[in-house]
Amino acid sequence: MLKFIGRRAIFAGFTILIVSAVVFGIFSLLPFDPAALTCGQRCTDQIVEANRIRLGFDKPIYEQYWLFLSGIFLGRTYGSGSSAFSCPAPSFGYSFNENACVTNMLVEALPITISLAIGALLLWLTVGIGLGIVAAKFKNRWPDTSSSVFVLLATSLPTFVTGLALLIWVTIKWKLVPLSLSGYVSIFDNPFGFFQYFILPWITLAIAYAAIYTRFTRAALLETLGEDYIRTARAKGVGERVVFFKHTLRAVLAPLITMAGLDFAGLIGGAIITETIFNLPGLGRLTLRSVYEFDLSVVLATTILAAVVVIVMNLIVDMLYAVLDPRVRIT
Amino acid sequence: MSELLRIEDLHVSFKTDDGAVRAVDGVSLTLNAGETVAIVGESGSGKTVTSLSVMGLHKKGSAQISGSISLNDGGTFKDVVSLNDDQIRDIRGRAVAMIFQDPMSSLHPYYKIGNQLAEAYLVHNPGKKKAAMARAIEMLDLVGIPEPAKRAVEFPHQFSGGMRQRVMIAMALMNSPQILIADEPTTALDVTVQAQILALLSKLKKEFNMGILLITHDLGVVAQVADRVNVMYAGRIVEEGAVDDLFYSPLAPYTLGLLKSVPRVTSKNERLKAIPGQPPSLINLPVGCPFAPRCEYKQHSSEAGCNTTKPALTGTSPTHRSRCHIPESLRHDLFAKELRELQS
Repeated sequence: MLKFIGRRAIFAGFTILIVSAVVFGIFSLLPFDPAALTCGQRCTDQIVEANRIRLGFDKPIYEQYWLFLSGIFLGRTYGSGSSAFSCPAPSFGYSFNENACVTNMLVEALPITISLAIGALLLWLTVGIGLGIVAAKFKNRWPDTSSSVFVLLATSLPTFVTGLALLIWVTIKWKLVPLSLSGYVSIFDNPFGFFQYFILPWITLAIAYAAIYTRFTRAALLETLGEDYIRTARAKGVGERVVFFKHTLRAVLAPLITMAGLDFAGLIGGAIITETIFNLPGLGRLTLRSVYEFDLSVVLATTILAAVVVIVMNLIVDMLYAVLDPRVRIT
Repeated sequence: MSELLRIEDLHVSFKTDDGAVRAVDGVSLTLNAGETVAIVGESGSGKTVTSLSVMGLHKKGSAQISGSISLNDGGTFKDVVSLNDDQIRDIRGRAVAMIFQDPMSSLHPYYKIGNQLAEAYLVHNPGKKKAAMARAIEMLDLVGIPEPAKRAVEFPHQFSGGMRQRVMIAMALMNSPQILIADEPTTALDVTVQAQILALLSKLKKEFNMGILLITHDLGVVAQVADRVNVMYAGRIVEEGAVDDLFYSPLAPYTLGLLKSVPRVTSKNERLKAIPGQPPSLINLPVGCPFAPRCEYKQHSSEAGCNTTKPALTGTSPTHRSRCHIPESLRHDLFAKELRELQS
């Protein structure tokens, strides 16, 4: 097990190295002067040149990349003398647009995105698996038919439609959920406010995913019900309910968890549309803004973060799979 | 000999979009304690449908069943056809158990062998977990699994095909059923393992004084272990009799066709003697004898009944009966001559 994790960690390190190098390379090819982007309207050549030196843009590209990498472990100091400022390790660079260390920006955005992703995940797993079970149990009867109507609607509606519709009706017209003006509050400080803040974004994200999970759960359950080992269970005299909820559901669990793990990882990378609609200052919105503003260090950091999350979730899913499916052994 | 199972005039049909499929069309047979009765036939002849009816394993609503299947449950006879779901479930695995064709897929891949066996016991003896596990290990030992206590905590994928079929047999015997239905138990196994499994079944039949209903298409298996044989074609029994009668003096043209189609080592460079044509569609059965379109002996029938009426199950001996319009004495001589020629 330790050997497996160790090997995967080395693999992860290489992947992250490649991802960051590619993003770095792409931005160096863009026809913009990064130093010019760092100063505002009343810009002079002197300020641009000063910033160029302070941020290291005067150095060759490989040296800049090296400075970036070493900053992650050692922290980084920009400039010298009285105007110097530093971002302590782990430093992902400095954003001139926001005048802040990128790491601090990530630390602010991350809890929001994680709260969004976890809440949505729990919601869509409950709804998706639940509806899938109902649909499979009542195959071709009205609960199944209505669930497929839901699946069809939910998969064809894009999140910007459901999100906006929820916002317009639930918040503005019916005033069921108040428009949050105070911004993000932690679940530990104010659980009620936390739920109020996130409930609509959760629903928006969960609807799209729940539809996929409903369809998957239903199909997987029906396929498993036709397996020989289910017939064996019935031949033993096992009751229909145990056949369904123990023998059949158990076999569907492993692929469901794999899917959930990877979808979750994708969401951490940023639910850009949902975060934008509901004005959530999470990672998705941060990434979007930095891409617009050519804020290289922030884009680099969020890309690497997304890659790390995908790699780590893959690792977790693989380990979970080995626990759930006895035929899979980690070596 | 005590009777364990009596199927009388069993009809099973399935509704499909193209019409009703008459999978089993008036099957009657009996099974006694200590006896192996084989049902032989090609795919789609209705042999598996018959056996699943005994287990009450047809999907609710999909199958239309009539006739009677009376099953000896510890001295009292119960008609499986008229029992409700709970009553059938109570019989399943306890009075009658079943083993299946493919041991590779018949065991749940995610549960330990011991637990799967124990479940068979626990279903009928709720709460007795310790007894169930002890019984599971005892049964694994009985079917010849070495180190049963150790193997009981392993998963199916750690067993070979033959070993898994032994596990399936052990699972079927957890509640010492009187009737064991073996649906092609050796089809998925290689020949050496086949012989072992058949020997094991014969041994266990004596130990448990069971009756075995053996479903197979393999005449070699039938010759090896069966006492009596029912040959099925298009949902009906076309010949029934003791195993020797059937192999040495077959009376139904279809049985003869099956015997002739068995490949022989002596016949060099000869094509296999397959029965020409295909089995009829079970949705639109011919009005006459279902085998008539493929029958080579039609011209021997004095009456022209082959194409107009279905032959009844008759015989000069009550223990050896067949369905055919050709007079039995004529068939007896004709078929015996053909078999002799084949063997020389």
